[in-house]
Amino acid sequence: MMGLSYTILFWLFSALAVGAALAMVTRRNAVTAALWLVNVMFALAALYVMLGAHFLGATQVLVYAGAIMVVFVFVVMLLNLGDTDATERGSTKIAVAASAISGALAAELSYVVRAQSLPTNALQPIDADALAPIANALFTENLVAFEVTSLLLLVAVVGAVVLAKRGKAAGEVRP
Amino acid sequence: MIREAMFVSALLFSIGVLGVLTRRNALILFMCVELMLNAVNLSFVALSRLHGVSGQVFVLFVMTVAAAEAAVGLAIVISVFRHYRTVDLGRIRQLRG
Repeated sequence: MMGLSYTILFWLFSALAVGAALAMVTRRNAVTAALWLVNVMFALAALYVMLGAHFLGATQVLVYAGAIMVVFVFVVMLLNLGDTDATERGSTKIAVAASAISGALAAELSYVVRAQSLPTNALQPIDADALAPIANALFTENLVAFEVTSLLLLVAVVGAVVLAKRGKAAGEVRP
Repeated sequence: MIREAMFVSALLFSIGVLGVLTRRNALILFMCVELMLNAVNLSFVALSRLHGVSGQVFVLFVMTVAAAEAAVGLAIVISVFRHYRTVDLGRIRQLRG
């Protein structure tokens, strides 16, 4: 199943994801960063589909790129942040230290992944319409977690409303 | 391709860490956290090729928690912005109400 085009596309989308992530981290403007993050989400959705998780690919586009990122962009525009607010003084010392730390982390993680022996001959077959197994696992063995998740969403909605509400609940005193 | 996908996942996670360490803008910090969650999701999906569908179910849960976290976190950012008129974490130094 792993033809040449599969490999090329896989690395194409991987490079797109990593490049867009790097671009996101380095942009000053919040809207630009958000749009690069949407790019990462789409590349990851493509990777999910290539790894056989078609449903998750669709969910990634709908939930992440479609809902969460829209909320992000909405908040950025609500706060009306321009380039003027990006007062990040580019401290080279911090940048060098942070690059060293994350580079070390990447090296460690890559070492662990390399050292792992993955039985690649025991791959599960890809089933293009494999929604039933996900639904089975979700609504039988993970039913309690599913219900707790719905409670979590309710709490999040209530919490967001309480926090963003103007007035005493938000504790507004400072002039 | 599982190992390669996990390499990409490790790289994306490290980029997220880099962003959290270097950026001062609270909103971009949140985006970097989302990036790290997505990196972990990628390795869940890759390993679900080996260990069955439960990895994909877990990704669904992670997405839900990420959505809840984004909603609450952005509400906190808005409420902090009302106090300080900025989202620069270098200038938000105290959590007094």
